[in-house]
Amino acid sequence: MEKNLLQILSGQVFDENLQISLVEFCQICQINSTEVIEMVEEGVLEPVSGISHQEWYFNSRAINRLRTAKRLQQDLEINLPGIALALDLLQEIEQLRKQIKS
Amino acid sequence: MQYKDYYKVLEVPRTATQDEIKRSYKKLARKFHPDVSKEKDAEQRFKEVGEAYAVLKDPKKRAAYDQLGSQWQEGQGFTPPPEWKTQFSFDGGDIFAQQGGDFSDFFEALFGGIGARQGGKTSGFYQRAMNEKGRNHHASIEISLEEAFHGTVKTITVQFPEIDSSGNYNNASRTLNVKIPKGIGDGQSIRLAGQGGAGTGNMPAGDLYLDIKYQPHPLFRVEQHNLYITVPITPWEAALGTTIEVPTLDKKLNLKIPPNVQTKQKLRLKGQGLPGKEPGDLYVVLEIVTPPATTEEARNLYRKMAAIMPMNPRAHLR
Repeated sequence: MEKNLLQILSGQVFDENLQISLVEFCQICQINSTEVIEMVEEGVLEPVSGISHQEWYFNSRAINRLRTAKRLQQDLEINLPGIALALDLLQEIEQLRKQIKS
Repeated sequence: MQYKDYYKVLEVPRTATQDEIKRSYKKLARKFHPDVSKEKDAEQRFKEVGEAYAVLKDPKKRAAYDQLGSQWQEGQGFTPPPEWKTQFSFDGGDIFAQQGGDFSDFFEALFGGIGARQGGKTSGFYQRAMNEKGRNHHASIEISLEEAFHGTVKTITVQFPEIDSSGNYNNASRTLNVKIPKGIGDGQSIRLAGQGGAGTGNMPAGDLYLDIKYQPHPLFRVEQHNLYITVPITPWEAALGTTIEVPTLDKKLNLKIPPNVQTKQKLRLKGQGLPGKEPGDLYVVLEIVTPPATTEEARNLYRKMAAIMPMNPRAHLR
């Protein structure tokens, strides 16, 4: 604890340009790949590139999207198509809010 | 400890049917879900609604709660009746108990205790294998635009439930100093390797992901790496052109305004946005502000303008 107070930690920045493979994505989110594949099929997640599962790449936004999706799934018992719709609408609201402020 | 009026929280009368309670809960849960709601106290309200529903959806718990009587007011000082524990016993295992420790003292005193916690432990928390990497944790931090621009060091305290070797919950906390690199973007995150939950066996600890959120800035608006600032100018500055002083995040710059600019027109200051591999730009959005005509002399001047420079700004509306 006291040692931590003196030490300054540096981490790796996850920005939009970072490409995360399916395997890495599953490790980061601690989720199994079948669940991710299902979410991609239902439009909850969208890989930035790649056609087959092995070639899929995700960006850092997908991590946040997955976490929100899991919360909506657990807390409100929404199914995957419903989550995909909710996330898209939330994103749109967010963009509109930003425009209003300008 | 304060009395909680669970009926009031769920916005139903004490006579509500189980179906009515369920419907009201679902509606309020959607309304206050922290991912959906923009209300300031959404997270708190969401927890309260969850706690109220955990009691009222279970006929046995509801009956026990009802026995306390209807004379209590929300927030009133409360002590559980002495015979309570012997009269009622609750086994855990419902989904709310799994969240462990999030509920009020009132709930814990009446319905909590060992039963509920054990229920949570077996069904809610992910069972740990013998040799497994620790859980990844997530935390978020708000930084100012200036901090993102210059980079900074932030001290954060992360709290997380941990299960010790004998299977009990502990709310552990850790204080960390984290370097926030210059130019970090809104919504990006920083991975701090090994700062998550402890691993089991010989496996390493999980990672901590720190999500970055920008605080709203009084002057600048952010779009990716670009900044926008609205700058008011007078009609004569707009018509004749001038040089004005414009703030950036770290200095002031002189900006040349060409003649005949219009309101909402954008002028770009290249590279004056947020730093990065490709630094962003600063956009100055002009806003023409007209002086009020408060004297006869001023009114005459406006009349003269109207005579010399007649214009119809609404030509496109017809």
